[in-house]
Amino acid sequence: MTVIADQPAERELRPPAQGARPAPGPAADEGLARRLKALACTAPLHDLDNRKVNLAGEYGGYAMAEVGLAAIDLVTLHMDFDTGADREIVLARLLPRVAAQSPDRPGAEHQRVARWVLESLINVGSVDRGFRAVYGTFDADGGYVRRDYDFKLIEEVPGPDGGVYLRTTDEAVNVLVGALDTDVTSAQIAAEVKLEVLIRRGRLADAQLAAEQARYRTVQYAETLRRVLDATRRNVRAVDWMQAVPDLIDEALDHIADRYRHENAILTNIRRARDEAEEPSHKRQAAELVDIVKDCIRRHTQLQARLLEAGPLFRAEQDRQAFAAPTARSGIDLYGHLLAPVLRLPIEQAIRPTDAFFAHGAGLRTPTAVRVADLVDLLLTPPVEREHLGAELPDPDLVATPDDSRFSEAQLEAALDLLDLPPDAPRRLSGLLAEARRQDPELPYLVALLAVHAASPPVGTAYRQGEERLLFAVDDGATLADPEFGGADLIVGSALLDAVGMAADRKDAR
Amino acid sequence: MTTPHDASWPAAEAEPAPAALTPADVADAARLVSFGLQAKLLPARDAEYAELVRRHREDPAFARLADAVATGLNLVVLEVSARAGMALAAAEESVFAVRMGDYSRRAASETTDRFLHGLAHLAVAAMAFPRPEDLADEGYLGRITVNGVDAFVRQACRRLEEQAELTGDNTDPSSDAPGLEAAWRVWARRSTTGATKDARRLSGSTIGITGKAVAFLVDSGFLQKASDDAGGTYRTTARYQLQVRDLAGSAAMAELIDLGVVPVTDGSATLLPADHSDELVADAGLPFHSL
Repeated sequence: MTVIADQPAERELRPPAQGARPAPGPAADEGLARRLKALACTAPLHDLDNRKVNLAGEYGGYAMAEVGLAAIDLVTLHMDFDTGADREIVLARLLPRVAAQSPDRPGAEHQRVARWVLESLINVGSVDRGFRAVYGTFDADGGYVRRDYDFKLIEEVPGPDGGVYLRTTDEAVNVLVGALDTDVTSAQIAAEVKLEVLIRRGRLADAQLAAEQARYRTVQYAETLRRVLDATRRNVRAVDWMQAVPDLIDEALDHIADRYRHENAILTNIRRARDEAEEPSHKRQAAELVDIVKDCIRRHTQLQARLLEAGPLFRAEQDRQAFAAPTARSGIDLYGHLLAPVLRLPIEQAIRPTDAFFAHGAGLRTPTAVRVADLVDLLLTPPVEREHLGAELPDPDLVATPDDSRFSEAQLEAALDLLDLPPDAPRRLSGLLAEARRQDPELPYLVALLAVHAASPPVGTAYRQGEERLLFAVDDGATLADPEFGGADLIVGSALLDAVGMAADRKDAR
Repeated sequence: MTTPHDASWPAAEAEPAPAALTPADVADAARLVSFGLQAKLLPARDAEYAELVRRHREDPAFARLADAVATGLNLVVLEVSARAGMALAAAEESVFAVRMGDYSRRAASETTDRFLHGLAHLAVAAMAFPRPEDLADEGYLGRITVNGVDAFVRQACRRLEEQAELTGDNTDPSSDAPGLEAAWRVWARRSTTGATKDARRLSGSTIGITGKAVAFLVDSGFLQKASDDAGGTYRTTARYQLQVRDLAGSAAMAELIDLGVVPVTDGSATLLPADHSDELVADAGLPFHSL
């Protein structure tokens, strides 16, 4: 490349005659560095397939890069704003794909593969739990410099319950979910690419998720604004009303404007989906999405109203606090004088102030001093039985409680047997009741209960839990003629759920 | 209440004492120092300690004796008062000083880990006393959470990253000179937390490092645990304020100035960017989190 020769000239005032040089200059170098970084983000995926031969056992049949990409998709779809994706859920969703790749291998091996892929993407072995790639650029003087690019694909974050959750990083979303030639650290682009892809592919459920996430961000803006306003009430000068807050307000207003655009796109898409949808479940999903989008718009309006109040509040507080007496101050501002400058330094210099702070700020420890005489005694003392179990618990007096459940286990089994209908032959409730009555006079009550319960089956839950069949009951208007029960003569049947296929579809569609 | 200390005071021993000091007085003075070494013990909790602290305040000869004992042990007396007891700090090279190698084995060999551990201590102090007046106000009780400290530092790092992006700097360090990597990147690229086999904190993660610092400060009598929320919530003690204000802050500052970094001090430090960022980060609820 001719960049080396060209680089120094680039910084001088360039005569217009030299405009037609073939060398691309530093901008192209930057673009190259950006694409090198994007390329580096895919390396861990290729690496999975290269490293699978090192695993003990026959793992040649698995396409690890595919599993890895699927894992990143799953984490991206399952994470919400305050926490991230639950590791176990991601692993469970990943299993069908792993199993499909090598169906005759044992389930334990499938689990091991899923876990191995996920841990490899987190890079559990390294101390940073991340990846590093080396790329070269030309510095301002035309010298060639190798630089380290550190990135993560999936990172672990603390959840509110103290647990550890997974998040995909912006790099992973941009490169592996979005496209290759993008600014790999831009969160905004990551969000938009994701939403546009979802809408274009008509993934309503995912568009709904994205809309919910956007709503969450609106809530976050509102929360930040509330905190700023609270701080202003306490101390006007603690908040940067020159730049930071006006920027925040501008950003929030941009966000609102932007969201209106996206939500309109979603609405257009829902309308089309709703009009074209034949199945009631799709229609219902579309209707739910309308509710969510409405709520989004309501929250955006709310945020906008609060943004309008911010200015007047600042002026009122400034008037009130301007006359307050100044308070005493100590000389040192730990953040402004110490922490912020230290973070700016190169690490080989920054370590001096932090070492000094540690040496003087960690406190003191009294060293343990042992006499030889004590040491002998100590070593000869038999180890004390550790009482980590605590005091012995008294045996509780257990009183057998009478079994007051109305139906016995055997009855429940009989009822479930009766309701275990073949998927192609639903039955009337009246027939089921009559059959139950022939077995046991109590049984019809249980059958009726189960049938009524099945009138509104939790399809979503069953689908999420990966169940394969589901009992349902439908009212077609027929009246029940029965000596003990009244109401509608429900049609009871069982529906087969294609949980595996649906999970696979979900991934293939992406 | 504060006992002022300057280098000239050992000369006081040469002065004729108004009342002859007996070996029993020396024993009492040493006893007071030994109470001071038990960092978690407060005069309010121990009648003998309270009595010795009172005597230190009212009997100058005894006070000088106790201070001499402490100095002989290579200790610095920060304050003797009812609220903090005898607040002692280890002088450099003292047997009581904590060395980084004893604190964390990994930190002894790895520069980045040593820096992260030191930075965690600095960040805990900065979070505990966010405004300069908090260090000056003796009644101030700081409150920190482990997750909050990590989020606070990460926010500061992100700010620096954004600034670098604005000016178009390439912050990726040169592979040949890892020592020139910007300090904020070291914290930013370390993982926040991590799953471990035994459900403990991942010790190398930033939350693990902060948690270790906080646990250590609890043992030093500088923090008191308030609850388990947000990775652990802690209150500061009077001793911590003294230690940071009179010793650690100025020691770190001296190093910084020695490096040629002179932070602007115009007396009204609240106008520095420090404070509004505190307001925005307080409690790890970070704004503008990406998807």
